[in-house]
Amino acid sequence: MKFGIVSFPGSNCDDDAVFAATETLGQPAVKLWHKSHDLEGSDVLILPGGFSYGDYLRAGAIARFSPIMQEVAAHAQRGGPVIGICNGFQIACEAGLLPGALMRNAGLQFLSMPVTIRVENIASCWTSLCTEGQCLTMPIAHGEGRYTVDAATLERVEGEGLVVFRYVDASGEATDAANVNGSLDNIAGVRNAAGNVVGLMPHPERALDSLLGSADGRVLFESVLAAVNA
Amino acid sequence: MTATPRSGDPVITPALVAEHGLTADEFERLRAMLDREPTFTELGIISALWSEHCSYKHSRPVLKTLPTQAPYVLQGPGENAGVISIGDGLAVAFKIESHNHPSAVEPYQGAATGVGGILRDVFTMGARPIAMLNSLRFGSLDTPRVRYLVGGVVKGIGDYGNCVGIPTVAGDVMFDAAYEGNPLVNAMCVGLLREEDLIRAKAEGVGNPIIAVGARTGRDGIHGASFASEDLSDSNEAKRPRVQVGDPFTEKLLLEASLELITSGHIVAIQDMGAAGLTSSSAEMAERGDVGVTIDTLKCPVRETGMTPYEILLSESQERMLVVALKGHEDEVKKILTKWDLTAEVIGEVIADPVYRVTEGDHVVAEFPGTRLVTDCPQYHPEAHEAPEAVARRAQDVHAVPERPEEANPAWTLERLLEAPTIASKRWITTQYDSTVRTNTVAGPGAADAAVIRIRGTRKAIALKTDCNGRYVYLDPRVGGRTAVAEAARNVACTGARPMAITNCLNFGNPKKPEVFFQFREAVFGMGDACRALGTPVTGGNVSLYNENPQGAVYPTPTIGMVGLIDDVAHVTRSSFRTDGQSIVLLGDNTAELGGSEYLAWIHGVVAGAPPACDLEAERRLIDALLAAIREGRVSSAHDCSEGGLAVALAECCIADAAHPLGAQVDLTAWAALPLRALLFGEAQGRVVVSTSHPDAVVAIAAAHGVPAAVIGTVRSASAGLVITVGARTIRSDTVRLSDAFHGALPRAMKRAAADVVVQDPALVGGTR
Repeated sequence: MKFGIVSFPGSNCDDDAVFAATETLGQPAVKLWHKSHDLEGSDVLILPGGFSYGDYLRAGAIARFSPIMQEVAAHAQRGGPVIGICNGFQIACEAGLLPGALMRNAGLQFLSMPVTIRVENIASCWTSLCTEGQCLTMPIAHGEGRYTVDAATLERVEGEGLVVFRYVDASGEATDAANVNGSLDNIAGVRNAAGNVVGLMPHPERALDSLLGSADGRVLFESVLAAVNA
Repeated sequence: MTATPRSGDPVITPALVAEHGLTADEFERLRAMLDREPTFTELGIISALWSEHCSYKHSRPVLKTLPTQAPYVLQGPGENAGVISIGDGLAVAFKIESHNHPSAVEPYQGAATGVGGILRDVFTMGARPIAMLNSLRFGSLDTPRVRYLVGGVVKGIGDYGNCVGIPTVAGDVMFDAAYEGNPLVNAMCVGLLREEDLIRAKAEGVGNPIIAVGARTGRDGIHGASFASEDLSDSNEAKRPRVQVGDPFTEKLLLEASLELITSGHIVAIQDMGAAGLTSSSAEMAERGDVGVTIDTLKCPVRETGMTPYEILLSESQERMLVVALKGHEDEVKKILTKWDLTAEVIGEVIADPVYRVTEGDHVVAEFPGTRLVTDCPQYHPEAHEAPEAVARRAQDVHAVPERPEEANPAWTLERLLEAPTIASKRWITTQYDSTVRTNTVAGPGAADAAVIRIRGTRKAIALKTDCNGRYVYLDPRVGGRTAVAEAARNVACTGARPMAITNCLNFGNPKKPEVFFQFREAVFGMGDACRALGTPVTGGNVSLYNENPQGAVYPTPTIGMVGLIDDVAHVTRSSFRTDGQSIVLLGDNTAELGGSEYLAWIHGVVAGAPPACDLEAERRLIDALLAAIREGRVSSAHDCSEGGLAVALAECCIADAAHPLGAQVDLTAWAALPLRALLFGEAQGRVVVSTSHPDAVVAIAAAHGVPAAVIGTVRSASAGLVITVGARTIRSDTVRLSDAFHGALPRAMKRAAADVVVQDPALVGGTR
């Protein structure tokens, strides 16, 4: 199964995403240049973290117009698995692949720390091997991660089980204190209706080795591997 | 050819020379070198190259005394960054640099561009940056302007490093009124490279093109730009900004493009256009290769019209590189830059004539013989003697300082010290830095005594730390210089790493003052003593002088950036206690020393006494013993005693890891004869608190290395608190209270920042970067 990792000029987690595919999963991976229209036969796409075009305007606002994004959208349309991590989540929202938007963190500060998220929905190809309610620890590192969406869409997102992850405390409760960036309803990640596209602010690709603090991110990558091979 | 003035150049008068910072003697030296009157452009070039920042004219003779050699040193001082081999064909490039003055004026951009500059110094060696560190010094957090500076500097560092995608993993932050008007912002970058990719900034090969790469050149940051701007251009700007503006996105593009260029084989040399921009990068590359160069400023990509050669040469616009390519490979170079949406223009070439020449089209506007514009820089040996005030302070009997009534309960003192900003948790700062990007951070901020970064594809890791207690250096520069190196080495060793080499950033006041030059000379001698004793050569660094304002100079602060090597990631050791029931062993010995302590400064407002002695042989034995115990798997945690002494170190071992607090039962009765506050809060050097399941083995290993060691207690659950017994005295501290003091202090102090009004007082700002 081939992973395609989209490299925007300011992507800085693309190498980490490649390592997730190659070192952790033992799968081939290729970096896809943002100016390209060729997915090079990738089965799974990762929109990695970073600052796609510097993000001085609004995170992901320019990246959505990259040539490669047309192909990413077509791949998603075909039901191909896509994950947007951090900046990739912001880009996926800007591109309309996922509902909602990401605003400046409530405290206005960039936040880099481990957080705990609870798996809310396993009907996505990135959470198929999880159990509902499972808690995962992984780092966040973002300045614009406060998830928001209009009231009508929120009703649909919550009603249709499109919320995939929520920020929770150590005991698994979605408290205000655990909601580090002030996201609506503690939402840390969402999916599209088909379940093939998932976006989240935390970094599962940074939680693949207990030496670095957590290996909880593996289940996301193992899930997609299982989903594609199924 | 000879240089002739441009029409419109100002007449060179003694006043103009003085405004360029050149003395009359230095100007005569320039005329003698040229054997004619210099042009305005030449005056500008020399004023930049002979500035303290570029020339080290006051510091070089002293710096030459530092040890720089070891079998594993691949590149010592004199290049963009030092490089050491770590085996497996891999090497680490690292350097620290100051951006003090810009940060005092404009904290956000000043700090951000400091990060940008040091990143470029490292990736121009062919290394991919893998970690950033910062050593910061501020005044008291009670001052609104200081809180504004802290907020701006931290955000500037964070926004730049986060965007480029280099983890900021460690550093040190201290607060003292001595830094009130002159904050210190020292940024360190560490990069990883394959030894065969090492490239130097040495121009070579007659006919090879010189290419300007990256951002276009503007009028920002022009040296001496605060004077007479109307004479320099047609614009009506009253003053040009002296602080450059950073663009981390362009930096990221430049980083990727530069590394691609270096591995492409199309270039022979590359250097950052940093301080003094095109002038210093081109002159230094020519000097290293001992070749002639010619540059045509009309070919330089600019972002403003009407720029003169003077402005183009001296602009400090950010995110630019100067490259010497192989002749005939210009198109390949441009192709790589175009891929990253960056410009690359041939602006000159390496020539057979032994001259440094600048033209504007066909008009020669500057021409110097050979590389003498760099090599003929004057050197000074200033007068040095110690300030009587420092002598008097050192001689003061600090044991005579009366205790405050609250100190009747030392638990009160311990809590106060844990909330001293210098000691308190820096989490408010470090959560603003991405510390986990690139997925190699084994121990990030606060997790261990130094940051630990694994080397992917090997079992190895490197440990990184910055350190310097400026108060010690102020009270005794020689001892303080030694201690700065020794503490950095000890911190690195606590993680399980062998200290390998240092970079240094020497922050001092005005060297023309004998008492300041005394501090500088003695501190460097002290650093040299320690580097020789501990086997950690100096591979480079930076000197920042004139950190002064009308209220006086900063504490002399020779910041040390230490790199250590861990052979096996299995040995990585953290600082917090791990497990209830384990034994606590103290390596090293307690003393009656109290001088120079944070206790005296924070609790009593006293800066006095001799700083703790630094026995370098004892430090070396301690490091050897600690590493032996760690490698034998006998050590669960290791934390050195520094600011706040043994009691603070024990408390930190209990509560620094907020998610997993523990308690401890400690008995220090063996030292009951020492003054209690010296035992608890004195800062005797060469001590490490270790937790272990094998206390006998640890003590035996220590004994075999000639290191004093004693089992002083047991790790307990958090609910048991921290209980320290000294003879009949028992000092009980509640871990929740200790934790609140330690973790809550900085957020509480900075919460006030939101209401702060930005006060820009030019009188508070002085010095160089």
